Amino acid sequence: MRIPRRHRPLLASVAALVALYGVAALRYGDEGFFTLQVFINLLRNNSVLGIVAVGMTFVILSGGIDLSVGALMSLSSVVIGVLIMEYHWPPVLAIPAALALGTAVGLGMGCIIRFTGIKPFIVTLAGMFFARGLGFLIHLESVAIYHPQHEWLAMLAIPLGAPELPETVFLPITAILFLAVVLIGAYVSLFMRFGRNVYALGGNEEAALLMGLPVGRTKAWIYGLSGFCSALAGVVLTLELSSGSHIEGIALELDAIAAVVVGGTLLTGGVGSVFGTLVGVLIIGIILNVMTYEDFSAGLTKVAIGLLLLVFVVLQRLLTRGAARPA
Amino acid sequence: MTLEESRPAGLRGRWAAARHSPVFWPLLALVILLLYNIIFTPNFARLEIREGRAFGSLVDILQNGAPVMLLATGMTLVIAVAGIDLSVGSVMALAGAVAALLMTEHNQSVPAAVIAALAVALLVGAWNGVLVTYVGLQPIVATLVMLVMGRGIALALTQDQKVRFEVPAFEFIGTGAVLGLPVPIFIVVGVALLVLLVLRKTALGLYIEAVGSNARAARLCGLRVHAIRLLAYSFAGLCAGVAGLIATADIKEADVANCGLYLELDAILAVVIGGTALTGGRPYLLGSLVGAVIMQTLTVMLQMRGVITEHTLIIKAGMAIVVCLLQTRALETVVNRLRQRTGRKPVPQARST
Amino acid sequence: MRGIDKHFPGVHALDKVDFDVRRGEVHGLMGQNGAGKSTLVKVLTGVHPRDGGTITFEGRAFHASSPADAQRKGISTVYQEVNLIPSLSVAENLFLGRSPRAWFGLHWRQMQRRSRELLAQFDLDIDVDEPLGSYPVAIQQMVAIARAVDIDARLIILDEPTSSLDQHETEILFDMIGRLKARGIGIIFVTHFLDQVYRVSDRISVLRNGQRVGTFEAARLPKIELVGHMLGKSPAEAAALETERLPAAEIDVEREAVLTVRNLGRGRAIEPFDLEIRQGEVLGLAGLLGSGRTEATRLLFGADHAESGTIAIGARRVSLRSPRHAIALGIALCPEDRQADGLFPEMSVRGNIALVVQRTLSRLGVISRRAHARIAGEFVRRLDIATPDLERPVKHLSGGNQQKVILARWLACNPRLLILDEPTRGIDVGAKVEVERLIDALSHEGIAIVFISSELEEVVRRSHRILVLRDRKVVGELTGEAINEHTVMDTIAGQPAHDA
Repeated sequence: MRIPRRHRPLLASVAALVALYGVAALRYGDEGFFTLQVFINLLRNNSVLGIVAVGMTFVILSGGIDLSVGALMSLSSVVIGVLIMEYHWPPVLAIPAALALGTAVGLGMGCIIRFTGIKPFIVTLAGMFFARGLGFLIHLESVAIYHPQHEWLAMLAIPLGAPELPETVFLPITAILFLAVVLIGAYVSLFMRFGRNVYALGGNEEAALLMGLPVGRTKAWIYGLSGFCSALAGVVLTLELSSGSHIEGIALELDAIAAVVVGGTLLTGGVGSVFGTLVGVLIIGIILNVMTYEDFSAGLTKVAIGLLLLVFVVLQRLLTRGAARPA
Repeated sequence: MTLEESRPAGLRGRWAAARHSPVFWPLLALVILLLYNIIFTPNFARLEIREGRAFGSLVDILQNGAPVMLLATGMTLVIAVAGIDLSVGSVMALAGAVAALLMTEHNQSVPAAVIAALAVALLVGAWNGVLVTYVGLQPIVATLVMLVMGRGIALALTQDQKVRFEVPAFEFIGTGAVLGLPVPIFIVVGVALLVLLVLRKTALGLYIEAVGSNARAARLCGLRVHAIRLLAYSFAGLCAGVAGLIATADIKEADVANCGLYLELDAILAVVIGGTALTGGRPYLLGSLVGAVIMQTLTVMLQMRGVITEHTLIIKAGMAIVVCLLQTRALETVVNRLRQRTGRKPVPQARST
Repeated sequence: MRGIDKHFPGVHALDKVDFDVRRGEVHGLMGQNGAGKSTLVKVLTGVHPRDGGTITFEGRAFHASSPADAQRKGISTVYQEVNLIPSLSVAENLFLGRSPRAWFGLHWRQMQRRSRELLAQFDLDIDVDEPLGSYPVAIQQMVAIARAVDIDARLIILDEPTSSLDQHETEILFDMIGRLKARGIGIIFVTHFLDQVYRVSDRISVLRNGQRVGTFEAARLPKIELVGHMLGKSPAEAAALETERLPAAEIDVEREAVLTVRNLGRGRAIEPFDLEIRQGEVLGLAGLLGSGRTEATRLLFGADHAESGTIAIGARRVSLRSPRHAIALGIALCPEDRQADGLFPEMSVRGNIALVVQRTLSRLGVISRRAHARIAGEFVRRLDIATPDLERPVKHLSGGNQQKVILARWLACNPRLLILDEPTRGIDVGAKVEVERLIDALSHEGIAIVFISSELEEVVRRSHRILVLRDRKVVGELTGEAINEHTVMDTIAGQPAHDA
């Protein structure tokens, strides 16, 4: 069966995931690696990374990069903590406020990129420092969150099966949000004009301009979208940890970029998919899981992820080089 | 028009030439910053001599700013060849860790530890360079990977622990003093002089500018573009290594988690302030050094006023955008239009290809 | 288009140009570099605003604010580098920006179906879901044209469409053009390929220096006349003109060949050719723009890799791996495009001149400012470069002086073979004379020179021999008596030489 060329990168990633899962299962087989519970845990443990990575997918598809996602995520979580604990806002107001802030910062960066032509990595690098600084300004340390509504939200879960039965597995809110973001992201990228414009912009910006596509507007909103995802990930973080924290955001951007690249999206833009990113996140999640299991130090884990990203990026480069030669 | 005719004579001419020198504006900014602090920040200009050594804020600036100045030196070359290196802070941490470990756990002599640490730093820089030139990765991506991997390797080597040591010969690098001034200052001056010498007295300076300015033309002139870029990245790694040794010697321990953290941004800003274009071209080393001093002065100034490090991040972020804006064409055109209205001649823009 | 006028700073790009296209007509547009072809097209499609004149389209006044706007109003352009998105599918490219939609978003199935139908109209049967980039350029161009047609273009501008096509693909394109004609779509065919323009065009217009030289019925225009219009000389004029030939020295056949080339070629850029040049000889390369002269010289310099053939310096076979290698062997190339390939804008005059020769000045790479200044100063005097001092960044110099700086750079290297690609472009008359005298002097010193120029007299005046190129191929070699404008033009046109 000949597989159409366009599907190959995604299938390659899926194959890698399946292989990885299989190897892990064989190694840790007796603990029932193939159960649904394990899979759900994988989802919930990586929901923060996953949500950020979906936003990052759009940015990288457009040929740009967003180094501010970790800082925005932390900022968002701290803002929620402070709003709820010090200003006594109900979560139902605090959460949208944080989302709005994240989107605004993202959109701000997008506008700077669009109107001044300064390279995305510099603008988002500055954005990262800005967000980090702002986060520290608002509250220096982590903020523990105690609020009945917030706790209720954090405990929310959907039973897959009859709730009363002991074997019934629950899908927690964090995993639900992750999956929801993936599905919505995939929908936008495949069925909405905005999504297709992102692909066009990343594929050939000049051509997109000549075809009359709204390049400027799209560019700005891509970073707004990424900001929104970062903020949403911050919300999920608060649900997960019941606190707003600065630490979790550090180096999140590299993990997100790695997830996107491993998932088959080209760093140069124009090629890739949100589902691929899901696969990438799972792959990285499994690797991180395995590393904690095998008692790898934090440092070695970083090295591993960095190495993984490097391998994939070099491969991408060599493959595109080969393809470009014949012209 | 002959060669001599059009140069305006005497003092006016010299003032005009100085005004156009690229070091002028950063130097002016630094002077203003220093004056402001001398007037408004208490104890800023105080200098005391104890035990034959100079102490005071100004000395602190130069001593604590040594790592940034070194990073900026290497970064100047990398940016001049139209690249960027985000990993220099991590390389600092790595070099410090290697030296500390060799001296404590492996009982190596100070020279051996220093050489090994510098060799590692050089190799990492070369690695970045190979990825950017021969493999063809974007500089941001290649060095972003090393940003994390570098610190990761260092963390793994030290097993997440800080490595304390008591080796006076090594500590001298960071805490010692010669002729009343801290040793780091001499190291910086030495390295800077060396680079300045190479840039002005050897063909390399010319070649670096050529490669950064127009890589296509450089190739057609027979320059080895890849080799020159590789050299720049390798040297940046080496500079980061020296900076890491100084920082580590200063606190008598290798603190991988914090060594050099966020210093990349300071270095990049310093270079950009100093006049080297982010898009590549002539390296302005003196400007970068002035820029680094400016960054350090800012940090010290904010510290003395009780602003903690985290908050200075926002300010630096704002500065980054402003400085970049100043370098972009958009501002050039606006300035030119203003000049036309006031009757002054517009500055000719380099024609884009 | 009537009386179209367009000024750029320092250049009168279009001078009251009239131009019109009829329904179902293919109108070829030709002209040398800088003649104004692309400016005319850009004015029409809204890339540049015009300074004067009117444009009427289908009976009504026409104004486009951007290419996208022009597209909407019925005028589409298909560019040489196909401006579509190679990473997206064929179907999507056809409908990008106007994709069929339903309540749930993009209707892919419908897009697929309509794409197939659209392409079927042009006898194109390909998998529309595959990425556009996986198809050869010819197919990509078809898709671009099909898109234009579907957007209801009544006028399609083909901007140098055949530059990256081979014989077979060009046929497919011409076939397509035939179909478009049958639909009543007007076509502007911008090209510099002589043979092709005759094959498809009904009428041909020639622009030169921003002015319309004339519009002619293709069937009634002899090739030689067309060549004449392009170069600014009528055949009669050329015949009357007796440009005095002043080749430097006598070159006898006994002299050692500096460079011998056999069968050197590179894909579509330039077909395999032979070349031989002796010490002190001036070899002119004549031909219209795009005929492959620059491509040939780039192969001689190692700037591009040859796909076939051999190069020998003296008696020794060499393979030129890079410009660095060529320079070490004594070859120098003064490029056509000084902005892109020659100048370092912020660098000083001194730096720009001394850059290449520096390597020979010192083994360790130590720069002696004095040595640089001496060399640079010498050439500034010799070539009369107008600059207040040697340290001035070259971006501040005028175009002509910039060209001289680059020339100086290569002269300073004392090469044994100097390739000059349009060395007199953008230089004032006095300087042009200087350059020609320089070529003379160098030739006397024994330096071999390959000389490309769009000014036919220059080539005729100075060359010992001339290689004539047309459409990426060497089509003739002229020596001795045969060197005159008329014969050159004849050879370019491909007609048998007339008696002078």
